Parts: sequence; C-alpha cells; structure tokens
Amino acid sequence: MPSLGADMAFGTLVAWHVKPGDHVRRGDVVAEVETQKGVFDIDVRQDAVIGELTAEVGARVKVGAPLATLTPTTEVAPPPTPAPTPPPSVAPPAVTTVAKGVHDIEPAAGRLRASPLARRVAADLGVDLTTVAGTGEAGVITRGDVERAAAQGVAVLPVAGGPEVAPASPAEPAARANAMRLAIAAAVTRSKREIPHYYLTQDIELGAAMAWLHAANESRPVTDRILPAALLLKGVAVALTKFPSLNGFHLAGEFQPGGAVHLGVAIALRDGGLVAPAIHDADRLSLGDLMRSLTDLVRRARGGGLRASEITDPTVTVTNLGDDGVQAVLAVITPPQVAVVGFGAIHERPWAEHGLIGVRPVVTASLAADHRVSDGRVGSQFLAELARLLATPEAL
Amino acid sequence: MSIVTLAEPRAAAAAPQGIRTTYRDAVREAVRSAMRSDPRVFLMGEDVGKYGGTYAVSRGLLEEFGPERIRDTPLSESAFVGLGIGAALGGLRPIVEIMTVNFSLLALDQIMNTAATLLHMSGGQFNVPLVIRMATGAGRQLAAQHSHSLEGWYAHIPGIRILAPATLEDARGMLPSALADPDPVLIFEHALLYNLEGELDAGAGAVPIDRAAIRREGHDVTLVTYGGTLGITMTAAGQLAEAGVSAEVIDLRVLRPLDTGAILDSVRKTHRAVVIDEGWRSGSLSAEVSARIMEGAFYDLDAPVARVCSAEVPMPYPRHLEQYALPRAEVIVETVQRMVNPHAA
Repeated sequence: MPSLGADMAFGTLVAWHVKPGDHVRRGDVVAEVETQKGVFDIDVRQDAVIGELTAEVGARVKVGAPLATLTPTTEVAPPPTPAPTPPPSVAPPAVTTVAKGVHDIEPAAGRLRASPLARRVAADLGVDLTTVAGTGEAGVITRGDVERAAAQGVAVLPVAGGPEVAPASPAEPAARANAMRLAIAAAVTRSKREIPHYYLTQDIELGAAMAWLHAANESRPVTDRILPAALLLKGVAVALTKFPSLNGFHLAGEFQPGGAVHLGVAIALRDGGLVAPAIHDADRLSLGDLMRSLTDLVRRARGGGLRASEITDPTVTVTNLGDDGVQAVLAVITPPQVAVVGFGAIHERPWAEHGLIGVRPVVTASLAADHRVSDGRVGSQFLAELARLLATPEAL
Repeated sequence: MSIVTLAEPRAAAAAPQGIRTTYRDAVREAVRSAMRSDPRVFLMGEDVGKYGGTYAVSRGLLEEFGPERIRDTPLSESAFVGLGIGAALGGLRPIVEIMTVNFSLLALDQIMNTAATLLHMSGGQFNVPLVIRMATGAGRQLAAQHSHSLEGWYAHIPGIRILAPATLEDARGMLPSALADPDPVLIFEHALLYNLEGELDAGAGAVPIDRAAIRREGHDVTLVTYGGTLGITMTAAGQLAEAGVSAEVIDLRVLRPLDTGAILDSVRKTHRAVVIDEGWRSGSLSAEVSARIMEGAFYDLDAPVARVCSAEVPMPYPRHLEQYALPRAEVIVETVQRMVNPHAA
C-alpha cells in the first residue's frame, strides 16, 4: 500500500485489475485504492509477474503493508527500490515482493481501528486519530502511537471547543469530503508547524508571452489550444531545473533533491477540497504535451482515475488561483516538499518601462519556500529566472 | 469470615528458616496439622488409608490417626461426598479427597445440588462446612478421561468456594483456611505440582483465601493464571524480561469468588492482558476473566485480551501430542510479543 500523501495511514482496496500469473509492465494499473482523498489507480513501477494477491477487495490496508507479491521479470533487478524520486514521508515502494503478512491486513471495517485506550488518550491530547499510523497488531493504533503523534505535533485537531470529529467512513460522499477536509487540515497544520516558510512575490509582465500564445494558438485546432496556465507551468518547471534547492523533499531532518521536476498541480475538486497530482518531468514536455497532461489531470482529478505515482511523486507544487481574479496567492507548502509557487490572475495593469507607462498583461507570481533548505536570495533568483523565461516564450 | 490471616501470600517467598519440602508434603502437613488441632477433622476417600492416597498425600496418616479418622471409602463418589455433607451438617469438619477431577462428576449432584444449596434452601439454618480436595490437570499421559481441568466449571456454581493452590505456601495454608470457612470449599491440586520442591517457612500456616497474588511485578502486560500453569507463566515472564518486556504475573489462587479488583488494578497499570488457563477455551474461566477485564477496564485496554488455553480436543495420550495440546511458555511469550510489538516477530 503506497502512501498517497504524507498524512495517509490506510487505504481501502477497491478493485484488483490483475490476477495471479498476469504479466504487467511498468506503469500498468493493477489496482484501485480509496483514501481520504478519493479513489486512485495503483500502478506498478517495474515489469513483473503477479504472484499472490494478499489483500482482498474491501480490505483496509496499512501504508507499507503488502497488497500483492510480484516477481520482477528482469532478473537483474533486486526487489524494488522506489521510483527515481523518493515518495513522500516514510512511504515504502508501491508494490513489493515482501512476504505475505496476514497480520498486516485487516478486514474491511469502514471504521478506524484504535484500542480503547488509544481513543481515550487521543481525546485527552486532542490528537486526530485519522492522521495516526497504527503499529499495533493488524495496524491498530495503540496508546504509544497516539503519544508519539502528539509528541511530534502531528495533526492535532484544533481545540476550539468544538465537538470531537469522528473518523469518517470513506464510503459516503459527505463523509469523504469531511475526511478530505481532515486530511488537508492535518497536512497544512503540520506544514505551518514544521516548515519555516518565507514568501516572495514578483509582478511579471506577460505582454510578449500572451502575444506569442495568441499567435501560436491561431494555427492550432480549438481543442488543442494552449492556455496561459500551461505556459506558466512550463516556465516554473524549466526555472526549477536551475534551482534544485526548491525542488525536492525535507525528510528526516535533511533535504533530498527531487532530481526530476514532477510538478504538482493544485486542482480544486467540485465537492470541496483539492488534490495536487504530478505532471511528470514537466520541464521536458513540449507546451502542447504539457497542456494535454494538464487537461487530462484535471479531468481525472475530478472524475476519478488518478494514479498512485501521480499522488506520491510531486517534487514541488504550483497553485493558480487566478480564475476568480485574485491578485496573488501566498501558499502553504505541502510537506515534505520545500516550495510552492503561486499565481494570481493575469490582469491588464499600468506598467512602466523605459520611462513610459503602458497597459500590459501582468501576473503576480509568488514563492513560498522552506527556509531550512533555501534562502530568500535563491528564491528571488528563481522568480527572476521565471520572469526571464516568460519574457521569451518561444524558447519554452 | 473467621480465617486466620498470617503472612500475605506473596510475601511468603523469603523464608529465613525455610525447610526443604514438596507440595505433596505441604498438603499432608496441612491435613496432619488440622487433624491434630481439631478432633472434628477427618479425612475420607478412595485409597486414602492403607494405600496412602493415589498421590501419596495421606501416606502415614492412617498410622498416626487410625481408621476412624482416615477412612477408606467404597468406589462411589456420590455416596462418600454425600457422607461428607452429612458429617459436616452433623458438626464434623470432613476433608473429602476425590482421586481425580473426572471422578468428581459422579458426585456433581451432591456438590452442586446439595452442598452448594443447603444454606440457601434452609433459609440460612444449615451451613455445610465441607472441604473437598481433588487432583486436577493433565501432563502425565493419563489420556482423555483423567486429564481434565474442570475447576472452571465448579467456579460457575454459587455457594461454594474454589481454591487452586499453586505454591508450597498455598498448599500448606489454604486447607486450614478452608476448614475454617463455614461453607463448602473445593481445593483443586494440580497433579503435576505434587512433586514441586522448594523452601517453606517452618512456621507456615493458614493463608487468606479471598485474594489473588501478584507473583511477579511488571508494567507491560498482565499474565493472569492459576494452579498448574503458574510455573510456565513465570518461565514465560522470565523469558519476556530478557526480551525487554516487563510482565506482571497474577496468580488467581481463588477461582470463586474471583478477585476482580486485583486483575483490574494490574490491567489498569499494564493496559494489556493474557489469560493462561489449562481448561478448554470455550466457556472457560479464562473467558470469565477476559469478560471482567472488558467490563471493568475497557478504556484502559491497549490491545484485545488474549488467551492461552488447552487445545479443544479430548486430551491425547501420546506425550508429544499431550504437550502440544497444553499451554506452553513459548506460546505465552509469542502471544505477548505479538501484543506488545507486533512487527518484531
């Protein structure tokens, strides 16, 4: 069971797409898993033969517990190391050849499993049990798990005198939305508690970019037109290749560079909440491919079918709140990432240049970054590079 | 109640002037001492006289006290337990020995319908100061008919007190307290314990028969047991200590009425419990203990109560199968390890 988010403790197996003996190729979808954030496709990370399906449909499986055994079809490969980029948090490889552990799999309960004592202690300490990973038998949350979570300050519910929030069953939409709310609450609370953010903003003039985009779209079919958002994403992805300290993870007290740029794109969902799945290797995609990836990602984020790798892989996040006209967004970093880039609306504004005032399309770009990993100087150079790239859109 | 309270059962370990003895000799000494001090006390049962008792507990007593007070009986448990009830009603203090627990079933009507009920059915007019001793338990290749642990059954019955001495102190001290009890008391002596050797205080005497004892203190898990399984439980606790797990061992001692407070106090400290019971699991004393923990300490539990019991089969005769069917220290250790640290094993 892969971790589809730093705050994920369990996933419910919704469907198997393979059976024992099937040959699968890297990237094939083998199963569907439901989490607080919705239903995701689980893809394998190597060519392999499916051995035993150790988890049954409906089982609620702890992160890290095996779902199935598989044998790599390429003999050289030692049992799976994670994909090129480290998945967030403590997530082990998506699907591994780990021997079957019957105690790690629990029957579908639809109910969070915690000992009576753990529940009592969690209530006393204000710890949200849905954010605690259980280490007890069959993944049950024990008192020790709650106390460790409290000590680490993870996902403590706001103690506003409100009623205790019961763990939600992912089965019902309302409950799912509530569960997602809790998950987001846990993630941003952890972020704001652990990550010393610094914020920078820069107004970027997009006259050349918009003109170029307009011209480029003239020759494209309507369905294939490129939106400004895609151009901004491409600019961010390319700029990040020069600033590795903004692209990666802060794990176990140290920075681990992300390597490739897997751009997490924040997508608001219709019934509330949001996800930020990755566009893989965004810096190397053509604008057209990136636009198609973006469209596809938004569709699947809202309609279902996101892949586990898309949830686990983002090395940085971009959030664009321009649709409603907001001028700038100072965003919250998604742990364990170390930066988030925000865009407001592209508005026509008075713009002074060479002693003259003109009216130009302008966007305010922002950067929120982890000060443990990078300093403001790096951040400002990144934004300057982004502005430079967007001034010469044909190079993107 | 009028029992004589001497040392706390758990404090009896440090015997400054201990004498080397066995469980068997401690029981015999308890019988002898009671008969010497109270002329109303007598012993009867199958082969307790000339043969000296099937487990040799009464060897030598016939010579000392004579056939009036050490009485061999016909092979009819119903008859001689009934005799004991009558004698008790008539003012004597009988000790009835039933050879092994399976034969007590032949006297079940006397025990359950007469001894246990007379006080209540007579409106408190007639109490039955009867003591019944019997051997219980498996482990000696006596096969399916002579290896039961039915003390849990008897602990179901209101009106009688059920004792399970597991130490030399209790073997010596429970009998006088039982004789002092105005109501029926059944003492279950695990047959494997008769050869248990150790030091016993020369002045050892009556012990309380209303409380459990903590045989080993700990803070990670509570091991609840009694009688014949105390030994393997202590062994398991020692092995767990080497593995860094601190186990508290509770010897129930008294199976009816249960010392619920002692169990709950311990579980509230350790938050985990394993019940070790040589009886079969279904409908057993271990089930009762588990239920009481759930009723009284649910919100202190950090794991479900676990049980280590005998396999639910008629006891096998071959030694290896019999051993496998019985609770073992290694199973206790595994159970606790899984409970305390499920990912280590």
